[in-house]
Amino acid sequence: MINLELISAEIFISLSIMFLLILGVFKKNSSSLVHNFSISFLLITGILILNNPSESSVTLFTNSYIIDSLSSLMKIITIIGGAFVLSISKNYLKISKIFLIEYPILILCSILGMLVMISSNDLIVFYIGLELQSLALYVLASFNRDQLKSSESGLKYFVLSALSSGLLLYGCSLIYGFSSSTNFNVIANSIDLNHYGLTFGIVFILVGLAFKISAVPFHMWAPDVYEGSPTSVTLFFAIVPKVAALTVFIRFLYVPFFNMIDQWQPIIVFLSIASMIFGAVAAIGQSNLKRLVAYSSISHIGYTLAGLSVGTNEGIQSSIIYISIYLVMNFGLFCCLFMMKRNDQYFETIEDLSGLSKNHPVLSLSLLIILFSLAGIPPLAGFFAKFYVFKSVIEQSMYFLAIVGLLSTVIAAFYYLRIIKVIYFDKEKEKYDTDHSIWLKISLSFSTLLILLYFIYPSKLVEIVSRINVI
Amino acid sequence: MNFPILSSLIILPTVGALFLLFSKDKNSNTGKYVALFTSFVNFLISIYLWYLFDPSTSDFQFVEDRKWLVEFVNYKIGIDGISILFIILTTLITPLCIISVNNTIKIRLRDFLIAILVMESLLIGVFCSLDLVIFYLFFEAGLIPMFLIIGIWGGARRVYSAFKFFLYTLLGSVLMLVAIISIYWITGTTEIIQLYDLGIDTKYQNLLWLAFFSSFAVKTPMWPVHTWLPDAHVEAPTAGSVLLAAILLKMAGYGFIRFSLGLFPVASELFTPLIYILSLVAIIYASLVALMQEDMKKLIAYSSVAHMGFVTLGIFTITQQGIEGSIIQMISHGLVSAALFLCVGVVYDRMHSRLIVTYGGLVSVMPKYSILFMLFTLAALGLPGTSGFIGEFLILMGAFKDNFLVAVIASFGVIFGAAYMLWLYRRVVFGNLINKELLKISDLNNSEKFILWSLALPVLFFGFYPEPLINTIEISVKDLIGMYNFNLNMFGAEVQK
Repeated sequence: MINLELISAEIFISLSIMFLLILGVFKKNSSSLVHNFSISFLLITGILILNNPSESSVTLFTNSYIIDSLSSLMKIITIIGGAFVLSISKNYLKISKIFLIEYPILILCSILGMLVMISSNDLIVFYIGLELQSLALYVLASFNRDQLKSSESGLKYFVLSALSSGLLLYGCSLIYGFSSSTNFNVIANSIDLNHYGLTFGIVFILVGLAFKISAVPFHMWAPDVYEGSPTSVTLFFAIVPKVAALTVFIRFLYVPFFNMIDQWQPIIVFLSIASMIFGAVAAIGQSNLKRLVAYSSISHIGYTLAGLSVGTNEGIQSSIIYISIYLVMNFGLFCCLFMMKRNDQYFETIEDLSGLSKNHPVLSLSLLIILFSLAGIPPLAGFFAKFYVFKSVIEQSMYFLAIVGLLSTVIAAFYYLRIIKVIYFDKEKEKYDTDHSIWLKISLSFSTLLILLYFIYPSKLVEIVSRINVI
Repeated sequence: MNFPILSSLIILPTVGALFLLFSKDKNSNTGKYVALFTSFVNFLISIYLWYLFDPSTSDFQFVEDRKWLVEFVNYKIGIDGISILFIILTTLITPLCIISVNNTIKIRLRDFLIAILVMESLLIGVFCSLDLVIFYLFFEAGLIPMFLIIGIWGGARRVYSAFKFFLYTLLGSVLMLVAIISIYWITGTTEIIQLYDLGIDTKYQNLLWLAFFSSFAVKTPMWPVHTWLPDAHVEAPTAGSVLLAAILLKMAGYGFIRFSLGLFPVASELFTPLIYILSLVAIIYASLVALMQEDMKKLIAYSSVAHMGFVTLGIFTITQQGIEGSIIQMISHGLVSAALFLCVGVVYDRMHSRLIVTYGGLVSVMPKYSILFMLFTLAALGLPGTSGFIGEFLILMGAFKDNFLVAVIASFGVIFGAAYMLWLYRRVVFGNLINKELLKISDLNNSEKFILWSLALPVLFFGFYPEPLINTIEISVKDLIGMYNFNLNMFGAEVQK
C-alpha cells in the first residue's frame, strides 16, 4: 500500500492547478483572484511539505520517488521562491498589461515539475519532471507575446532547451543500456566502472543539466532569455529552476555515480571554473541590468558547482547554503528592479540608476548592501556563502579551484562596484515613483535585513542544512 | 562574566551610526554632535581601558568568547599590550576627524558621519579580534565605508582612486582567506591563542606566510604594490586621508606582528631578507619620489610609504627594540600623518589647491598654523623630542643589531626624510609671498586649533617621555619574541631531523 500522504503536496498542487484553470475559464476578470489563490495554495503546499510525517528517507512507487531531508528542504526553498515571485510580480504584470490568469497557473505547473524533479529517484521520473517545468517556462519566457523580444526569447529558449533535453534523454538511454535500469539505486549497485558507455551517458546528462542551470559553456541562452522575458519571469528564471536542477545534480552525481567520482569530478570542476571566470568577465561589458544578472547568475552557479564538485557531504551542504543565500540576494535585487518605475514604465539599464542615492536613499542603501553581498564582501551574507563553499573545497585540498574562484570574485567585484559607482557617485536623474505595493517594500526590506544581519546569527542555516546526508 | 567592555567599544559607534541613519534631518549640526558624542565617549572608554589594562602580563585581557558559527569559529576578542595602543589611536583619531568635517564636507554630511562611525567600529574590531575569521571579517568589511568615503566625497579622480583602492586590497585579501581556511584545515582551529600554542607544521608555513603577506603588503603598502596609496590619499577628503593614513595602514603592521611573526616563525625567518629588501626599496625610493612631488598630499602619501618601510623593517629585525620601535613608529606616524593631512586640509579649504607652488610665505599670514605645521614636519622627520624620533631610533637600533648594512642604508632614508619634509616646509611656509590671493586667508580657527593641538600634545609628550608606551608593550613584545624563538627552535630542530 502506497502512503499517499507523503506526496500530498504534489497531489494538492496538481488539484489546485486544475481548480484554478476551471475558475479562470468560467469566471470573468478573475486574474487577481487566481493570483491570490495561487499564492495561498503555494503556502499550503509548503505547510504540507513541512508536515511530512517521515523523518528518514522513504521511497515510493517501486523505489522511483524519494522523500528525504534533501528533497523536503529543496522543495521548501522552491516554494518560498515561487510564492515570493508571485507576491511581488502583481503590480509589474498589471502595468505591463500581461496580468492574465495563465501566469500564476504556469508558475504553479513549473513548480509542480520541480517538485517531481527534486524527489525523483529514477531517470524517467526525473525527465518527466524536467519537461513539465521546462514546458511551462517556455511559455512564461514569451509571456509578453506582443513584444518582439519576449517572443524571441521564448523561442530561443525552447529550441536550445529542446536540444539539451534531447541530449539528456540520449544520456538516459545510454545509461539504461549499460546498467539495465533507470532507477538510481539499482544503477548504483550494478555499475561497471570500466564501461565507457556509462561515462558517455553521464556526460550527456551533465550537459543537459548544465544547460538547465546555465553553466558555461552551455550558457548561451541565458543572457538573451533573461533580457527578453518579462522581469518577473526573469526573477523566476534566475532563482527557482536552479534550486531544482541543483538537487537533481546532487542526486544524480552522488547516488548512482558516486563511485565514478574520478570521472565526473573534472567535468564539474571545469564547468565551475569556466562559469566563475566567464560570468565575471562577460558581465563587465553589460549595460542592461537583466543581462548583467544573467551573467552574474552564471558566475554564482560556478560557485555552487564548486561546492558540488568536492564529493563530500560538506560540499553538498555548502552548495545548498550558497544557493539559498543567492536566492535571497537575487530576490532583493529584483525588488529594486521593480521599484525603478516612472510613469508606468520600467527602467532596466545601469544608466537609469544614475545618482539614485540622492532621491531614493533607502532604495540605494538596500542596493548597496545587496550588491556588496553579491560581490562577497564580509560581513554580508554573500561572504558566508562563498566562505562555506571554499571551506569545503579547501578541505579536499582543491587549492587551484579555490584560488581561481576567489580571484574571479575580485573580477566580479569590479562590475558590482561599477553599479554602486553609478548609484552613489554619479549625477542624479529624475525621481522614480514611490507608490510601490506594500508587498514589494516588505520583501525588499526583509531580504536586505536578512543579508545585512546574517552575520549575527549564522548558525541556524548551517544547522538546517547539516541534516542533509546524501552519501 | 565581566562587563563586555571591548564589545561595547566595537558596537557603540555603530549604534551612533544607526541613530544618525534614522534621524530626519540630513545636514544639520545635530548629527555632528551625536557622532562627536559617541566617538568621544568611545575615546573615554578606551582611555579607561588603558587604565584597567595590566601591562605586567602578556596574556590577552578582557577576553570575550561567544559561540558564533557552529563548532567552527567563536566570536573571540581580547587585547594585549600591542593591540591596546592601536585601539586608543583609533578612538583618538575618529573624533578629530568628525570635528574636521566642519569645513571640508559640503554634501551629505550625515552619510559621511555614518561611514566614519562604521569605520571606527570595524577598525577597533580588527585590533581586538582573537580569531582569524573574525579578523578577516573586520579587515575586509572596512573596504565598504572607505570605498564610499573616497568615491562620494573625494576629488576629481575619485572614481578611479576608489576602484583602485578597493580592487587592490580585495585582491590581496582573497589569498589570505584561502590561507585562513587552510589553517583551519591543517590545525582544526582558527583561534589565535590556540594556534600560538599549537604552532603550524613547517611544510605549510611558507605558502601561508606568502598568502598573508600578499594581503598585508598591499595594505601596508610595501613597494611595489604601494601605487594605490598616493591615488587614494590625494582624492580622499581630508577626514578620509586621515583615517587611511593614521589607522588603516596600521592594520597591516599589526597583522605582520600578530600573525606573520606569531604563527609562521620559520617562514618569517626565511623571508626576512625579502622584507628587508622591499622595505629598503620603499624607504629610499618613496623618499626620492616624495622629493619630486608638486602636490602636498601626494608628498605626504609617499612619506607614509617610506615610514611604513621603516615599520616593516623594524618588525622583521625580530629584536625587542625593533618591534617596540615599529609599534611606536606606527603610533607616532598615526598622529603625525593625521596632523599633516589636516594641515594640508586647512590650507586646501582656504585656497582649494594642494599644489605647493600655490603657497609660499604663509608664515606672514598664518603664524599659528606655521608653528604647528613646523612641529609636525619635525616630528615626521624624526627630530629628537618628538615621538617620531623614538620610533625611528629604536628601529635603527634593532636593525644595527641584526644587519649592519641594512641599518646603514635605512639611515639614509632618515636623511632623505629630513630633505623632503624640510623642503616642503620651506616652500609652503617660508619664502616670499608671491600669490596675492594668500593675503586674504585667515589663520587657524578654534576647531582647527583644537584638532591640531590635540595631536601635537601627544607627539611632544611621548617624544620626551615614551615610558607609558614602552611599558604597555614591553612584556607583550618580549613574550612574542620568546614564543617566536621557541617555536623556531622547535620546528627548526624538526626540519634538521
